[in-house]
Amino acid sequence: MRLRCPLCGDRDRREFSCMGAADYLDRPGAGAVPEAWDAYLHLRDNPAGRSRELWYHEAGCSAWLLVERDTVSHEVFSVALAGDVTGAGA
Amino acid sequence: MRFSGLRLLGEGLTGNRGWRPHWRDPEPKPAYDVIIIGGGGHGLATAYYLAKNHGISNVAVLEKGWLGGGNVGRNTTIVRANYGLPGNSEFYSHSLKLWEGLERDLNFNVMHSQRGIINLFHSDAQRDAFARRGNAMVNQGDDAVLLDRDALRRMLPCLDYEQTRFPIHGGLYHPRGGTARHDAVAWGYARGADRRGVELIQNCEVTGIDISNGRVTGVQTTRGAIRAGKVGIVVAGRSSQVAAMAGLRLPIESHVLQAFVTEGLKPVIDRVITYGMGHFYISQSDKGGLVFGGDLDFHASYAARGNLAMAEHVMEAGMTLMPMIGRARVLRSWGGIMDMSPDGSPIIDKAPVEGLYLNCGWCYGGFKATPGSGWSFAHLVATGQHHGPAARYRLDRFARGDLIDEEGTGSQHNLH
Repeated sequence: MRLRCPLCGDRDRREFSCMGAADYLDRPGAGAVPEAWDAYLHLRDNPAGRSRELWYHEAGCSAWLLVERDTVSHEVFSVALAGDVTGAGA
Repeated sequence: MRFSGLRLLGEGLTGNRGWRPHWRDPEPKPAYDVIIIGGGGHGLATAYYLAKNHGISNVAVLEKGWLGGGNVGRNTTIVRANYGLPGNSEFYSHSLKLWEGLERDLNFNVMHSQRGIINLFHSDAQRDAFARRGNAMVNQGDDAVLLDRDALRRMLPCLDYEQTRFPIHGGLYHPRGGTARHDAVAWGYARGADRRGVELIQNCEVTGIDISNGRVTGVQTTRGAIRAGKVGIVVAGRSSQVAAMAGLRLPIESHVLQAFVTEGLKPVIDRVITYGMGHFYISQSDKGGLVFGGDLDFHASYAARGNLAMAEHVMEAGMTLMPMIGRARVLRSWGGIMDMSPDGSPIIDKAPVEGLYLNCGWCYGGFKATPGSGWSFAHLVATGQHHGPAARYRLDRFARGDLIDEEGTGSQHNLH
């Protein structure tokens, strides 16, 4: 499996670590109710098919990446800088 | 049909023509007292103990494929009770005791072999951690022996003790651990449940869960609607999809775990060995194949096949630990789909829908849990009360922050 890092190009899966579902991008605010933290940390849609995940280019440019991927076929649809998607900057 | 020495001898002398199917293949009835979704090890064990322990035999087990075609047939067959944390410790201890009486109970040879498990350690700190774990096991009433390097070397001469990077300092020995024949466990429970009146319905996929006024009333399937007042979901790997039919969102992420087996060899590894410094563990099957595996591929997957990266890592770790296995040829590799929970421990609990019960989140520890899981889940479904050894496996423990995080890696599904 390969991922196309927006900064480094096509790289082997071994260079990346996967944190999990893109839910990690939606961190609750400081005053959020406990249920919001439970959902953020634990609850997942866990789709069999198209998924959005947060990956880290650990052995490359250290960028956090938003990867759209199929969890059944392992096909990769897109890889974007997480900062570009959230508006937080890369 | 019961197995006995006399019966085996008679059949052997007459061409084995007298054996009959061990369970029926019934059409689904319109209604049951209890429906168990999932005809794997845990689902079949649940049905068996519902009938045996609680006298509830008007039960259907619905399986979308064939019995035992999921993770119970896709694991590395290890049975052990070497956990350290309250919650896990008493549960796996109970499960191991059930294993020790299982063949007599089921009148079925599951080839349970208590050959012992040895967890290797490679540093002073790791030895201390294993000593602590061993003490927890002994306190629970199970067995653990801390082996120094010389004692270990007498038991396992085939390891590379002198490797420069991760020299082996010793191991934590769990003599009552071992292996069992995975398919036979599913078949034994299936046969036992069927004999007690449970109906095992294969090729019957659940497509919907019927809920009325907050209560379960039955399920929709590819073979029609079936009514029941109680429904248990026991579908590791697909728990999120089936629970979603009841409007639930679970703390589960599905990951693939790979395993490998070599060609058959003469006996060389007579125990289960786990490497302490790489993702690698190994045992030798009764057919002679070296059965070994490692860790998750680390990204969510529903494909029952793995990626090359982890296959390579496992082989490298194996070669580091015992270079002699480089001579063996790998025959097959396979992957199973694991319900990964955020603390690495399972869930046996009521769902927030009346009459609906959840058994999921087994990560990659489900096989050894089969008898205990079935026993405790049947108790919950039958009585509405949590069974003692499984009482901490609650669905709401994540929201409460009451995690059972055996590896201490935090709330990230793929780190357990």
